[in-house]
Amino acid sequence: MRSRRRRPKSRSCLTRSTASSRDLSIGQKRAVWAWAFLALPIVFFVGIRFYPAADALLASFTNWNIVGKREWIGVANYTRLAHDAVFWKVIGNTFLYLALGVPISLVLSFVVAYYLDRVRFGHGLLRALYFVPHLATAVAMAWVWRWFYQAPPVGAFNVWLTSFGFSQMPFLRSTTQALPAVLAPAIWAGIGFQIVIFLAGLKAIPRTYYEAAAIDGAGAWRVLLEVTLPSLRPTIVFLVVTSSIAYLRIFDYVYAMTNGQGGPLDATKPLVLMIFDTAFKHFEMGYAATQTVVLFAILLVISLLQLKALRSR
Amino acid sequence: MTTKIGKAAFWLAAFATALACTGTARAQVEIEYWQYTFAQRVQAIDTLIKQFEAANPGIKVKHTHVPYDDFRVKIAAAIPAGQGPDVVQLFYGWLQDYLKAKLLQPLPASDFNVVEIEREYFPIVQQMKVDGKYYALPTAVRSLALFWNKTLFKEAGLDPNKPPATLAELVDYAKKLTKRSPNGDLIQEGLTIDMGGQDHHWLREVLVREFGGAPYSANNRQVTYNSNAGVAATQWYIDLVDKEKVGQIGFLTDGVTAFRSGKAAMTIDGSFRLGALDGQKGLDYGVAELPSNNGIKANFASYWVNGITTKATGQKLDASVKFLKFITTPEAMELWMNTVGELPARKSVAEKDANKNHAKYGPFIRGLSYSYATDFVNESAQRKVFIDMVDKVALKNVPTKDAVAQAAAEEQKLLDAFYGK
Repeated sequence: MRSRRRRPKSRSCLTRSTASSRDLSIGQKRAVWAWAFLALPIVFFVGIRFYPAADALLASFTNWNIVGKREWIGVANYTRLAHDAVFWKVIGNTFLYLALGVPISLVLSFVVAYYLDRVRFGHGLLRALYFVPHLATAVAMAWVWRWFYQAPPVGAFNVWLTSFGFSQMPFLRSTTQALPAVLAPAIWAGIGFQIVIFLAGLKAIPRTYYEAAAIDGAGAWRVLLEVTLPSLRPTIVFLVVTSSIAYLRIFDYVYAMTNGQGGPLDATKPLVLMIFDTAFKHFEMGYAATQTVVLFAILLVISLLQLKALRSR
Repeated sequence: MTTKIGKAAFWLAAFATALACTGTARAQVEIEYWQYTFAQRVQAIDTLIKQFEAANPGIKVKHTHVPYDDFRVKIAAAIPAGQGPDVVQLFYGWLQDYLKAKLLQPLPASDFNVVEIEREYFPIVQQMKVDGKYYALPTAVRSLALFWNKTLFKEAGLDPNKPPATLAELVDYAKKLTKRSPNGDLIQEGLTIDMGGQDHHWLREVLVREFGGAPYSANNRQVTYNSNAGVAATQWYIDLVDKEKVGQIGFLTDGVTAFRSGKAAMTIDGSFRLGALDGQKGLDYGVAELPSNNGIKANFASYWVNGITTKATGQKLDASVKFLKFITTPEAMELWMNTVGELPARKSVAEKDANKNHAKYGPFIRGLSYSYATDFVNESAQRKVFIDMVDKVALKNVPTKDAVAQAAAEEQKLLDAFYGK
């Protein structure tokens, strides 16, 4: 009965739509269809991404403990942040993760990919082995490395060091060694992905370039510097930008390896962990939003600079 | 095809409506109870709700549990919108925030008599009284105790049934229980050293007092551990690593792991750890009251409370009062202890001979009578102050006196910011 009642209504709808669609040109019709298909992701992005982002921007000007009302306090959170010693320490750490993580991981992954590209025997197996750490759960990996860093007789690294006659290292219990120690498993897990991308980039370089270089009598170094690397520019741009964002947002390794503290004495604390603490441990949502806005600005500026620097030449 | 789906949806909706109608027809009032997700707590409340509904046929209780990380956010969003819990569980340290946000209403004095509460419950619960009115009550409380590994005691030639009773004995025993390799590498800790675990409570509320000091002023607004007693207590704690060498910060990642795996002979931990340790195969352990010093005893207690939200009015308020009364009865507390492992909040229940002399609950319960609950304004930040204090001495060679002074100043800042000074 319900469907019978609905039918005439839908028929009138149909006639109306055919009448109006007759007035549209083919190009317009295509545009309408394109927008119709795009509408869903747009609604999704506006609702799930842009609206919360805009709301976070607003929240950064408020004092808000989650359970209470938001209280407008202007730029007070920003001035507080500028005078927060922990914040500057954390910014320093975050850039150290970036400055160490991106070049080390890119050089390592390029070297591996470069030679892996030449290996025929066991190529697939080797590639898979390099990729496996990328698939493993970060927290599980971090815990395994945490045990590696233990004092002897438990920690593998210290056992090796002492067996070769070196003195043992404090690793995670040192304010200077802790950050590289946390970064190492992150690099190790990340290069598997970068190797695969580099391999794809290497495969895409036309054979003819190498043949021409060989005819000209270019040595391996010149081929690498003047053919391979310039041809990989788009791949390198992509990897620099994505890995920069990843290292600027490092969190899980630090959280798992330092009991969520970012210690000792904030030596490993990145900005994202500070945001997490401020929001969900101290319940200062406004102040956390301020830190998020700063992180967003940093990511935006760095990504734009990298795109510009690497693309223009 | 579409009509088929439409029909199916129609019947489904009709069925759901019918089901919902019969549900409301059976129970005149439905209230909601919220807590955070923790298997044993959920199980305990489910059992209590069943008993409560059987005794009160007109009331239905809907039990919602939310992952701990989302708990505060969801409550904050729900209650002002007229949704969410009528009766809610919260950490005792959150009361001030909840009151500022007007999420809780005072418990009616006619049903929850102030004099009776103060006679019946452990004194720490008085923190739930603001301007003469109680806002929330706990089912259970928790405290600290010394856990010791009986097997390792035997190996070291110590009596496995005689744990250390004083701090001097604790150090003496710990030294005998520490094992190192010929190279001097630590292979077994005498006592776990872990500020990130329960040690910061032990130092703050227990050691500072046992060395003759007090961590805070009487009104809890002033940090007072920057004193000779505070420095002496901190130095004693740091000496466990530096001088007595009975433990190592970060050994086997944390204190709980070291003790569970039988690589640490003693540890300070909470009653909530009993469940996990009982499940550990091959671990033969005992529980004792915290060691005293110069005849002074102290302990740290904390608890989760149940309050009635501002959402509950009229019939729902009456039902909420009944439910809150039900989950704070002596019987509910016994059930909670046996399911969750937390201690009854009423003295009369906790101090029953069977409980007070219980091999594992007993030491915690006896500790409650001389326990203190820190009036935290930001527990994680205040814990970090203590972690950093010890790390400054251990890693940066800051003199203990200066590290304590810096910690006190930092914590005072947190208190001042909270109380709006």
